[in-house]
Amino acid sequence: MAGAAPRFEKRRYVPPGVRAGRIALITVAIGFLALLLLAPLGAVLGQAFAEGWRVFLEAFDNPDTLAAIKLTLLTAAIVVPVNTLFGIAAAWAIAKFEFKGKSLLITLIDLPFAISPVIAGLVFVMLFGAHGWWGHWLQDRDIQVIFAVPGIVLATLFVTFPYVARELIPLMQQQGSEEEEAAITLGAGAWTTFLRVTLPKIRWGLIYGVILCNARAMGEFGAVSVVSGHIRGLTTTMPLQVEILYNEYLFVAAFAVASVLALLAIVTLVIKTLVEWRADRRTG
Amino acid sequence: MAASWFRQPSILPGFGLTLGFTTFFLSALVLLPLAALIFKTTSLTWSEFLDVVLDERALASYRLSFGAAFIAAAVNAFFGFIVAWSLVRYEFPGRRLVDALIDLPFALPTAVSGIALATVFAPTGWLGVRLQELFGIQVAYTWLGVVVALILIGLPFVVRSVQPALVEAQRDLEEAAETLGASPFTVFRRIILPAVLPALVTGFTMAFARGVGEYGSVVFISGNLPLKTEITPLLIVIKLEQFDYNGAAALGFMMLLVSFLMLLAINLVQSWSRRRYVGTGDGGRRVERRARPRNLKAGA
Repeated sequence: MAGAAPRFEKRRYVPPGVRAGRIALITVAIGFLALLLLAPLGAVLGQAFAEGWRVFLEAFDNPDTLAAIKLTLLTAAIVVPVNTLFGIAAAWAIAKFEFKGKSLLITLIDLPFAISPVIAGLVFVMLFGAHGWWGHWLQDRDIQVIFAVPGIVLATLFVTFPYVARELIPLMQQQGSEEEEAAITLGAGAWTTFLRVTLPKIRWGLIYGVILCNARAMGEFGAVSVVSGHIRGLTTTMPLQVEILYNEYLFVAAFAVASVLALLAIVTLVIKTLVEWRADRRTG
Repeated sequence: MAASWFRQPSILPGFGLTLGFTTFFLSALVLLPLAALIFKTTSLTWSEFLDVVLDERALASYRLSFGAAFIAAAVNAFFGFIVAWSLVRYEFPGRRLVDALIDLPFALPTAVSGIALATVFAPTGWLGVRLQELFGIQVAYTWLGVVVALILIGLPFVVRSVQPALVEAQRDLEEAAETLGASPFTVFRRIILPAVLPALVTGFTMAFARGVGEYGSVVFISGNLPLKTEITPLLIVIKLEQFDYNGAAALGFMMLLVSFLMLLAINLVQSWSRRRYVGTGDGGRRVERRARPRNLKAGA
């Protein structure tokens, strides 16, 4: 319907005043977006390549930067599968069954979206930090969570917690459970039903949730910054490394690392657009 | 598993396993840490708590965080509506590309947008120089910088909220009004605005809520001067760096309270819009479409 309307309008007579108004609105919209979105994106690439390819590549010849890239990949490799598993389990429980307290559960799952990233980091400091709830217990056993990799993983788990669940719950609710019920009635096991019936139906929504979760996991700054302690080469992720380099006026290096993260964002948007385009074609 | 007072019967398997895992993981990862923060705050006496949250520097940070988030959300409500309108109602070259680009602030890590904005709007940056020359305005390292960063962060919330409402709006009403001689402004005020207002308010509230808590994109452009350009989340980080855990907990508790209030506000706005559309025939469908943008709440 949205696609058909403008085509109909093209044939209709449009008075010059209305046409001018239209062009003005589109110009305002595009101008606003260009200033707000394209200028910063251009600045990242411009600064990264300000002194040419060679200097750009030299930025990655730094052991701390390489360690930051490794830590970011490690964090995402832990966080994304765990939250995917959680998202599928939560969506199955919420979409396939009717039980008391369901809407409260959905609200609680959404909670990390409403909380400032700094608070997301702070709560783990209050739990595991030296002065935290379990601080003494951990110290006695020489286990470090805050200012170490486990803290970074936990904070990232917190901020990316709702992504997959949020994507799957409405999708699975909308699809209903008739097909699963048929499979079970015909004697299929629980696993078979999930893998052969449910998974193919939710595939695209799942991919969508996973890539959004991954983008946030690799790019999280505030929450990770609070728990990391900024120990170079040990507890700095890529966004934190960008901050360190930027504050040391190593702009080319900072923007070089930032451009990799920007590329990740663009790839995420491309995949997201493709998934949406596919979903549109299937339903419409 | 037998049906009980707790749930309706179903032949599907896995209820106990999936619900158990969900509630366990939710409690361990989200609720327990939040409880630790609240517990830490309750260990403070009233006067200690009030000393922190009513401190001059804290009050200045609330003014900046809330003020800048409010202005940014208002700017986004205005331009976001124009963007959503152009994307839904007009056909122009590159429309799909522009539509995909709207989600960039969700996908771009906040530290990256932070240093990029600081560079563009710095007094020596290419927009900063022009603004300084033409209007004598400095954006970076002033409160205006905070507003600019929060506009960037909040834009997708408004656009993605308003877009489905515009798609669903009944165009025959607009055409009928035009035929009856209404001016474009009257059509906008009497037909279009009432139809998209709930979505606009939802988008505004979401952008505002996100803006109040935003950290990464702001700290690079704001200059971080105490009492002037210091946002509340930054003040928490500073207190932590000074090992002032009580102060950080008290301020964190305040922000948590604000988050809960914002969540409540968003839910109220959504139930208000649901009530508004009861009786238009396809009310349920509209509400469902409007609820969709919540899924897009990505962003780093």
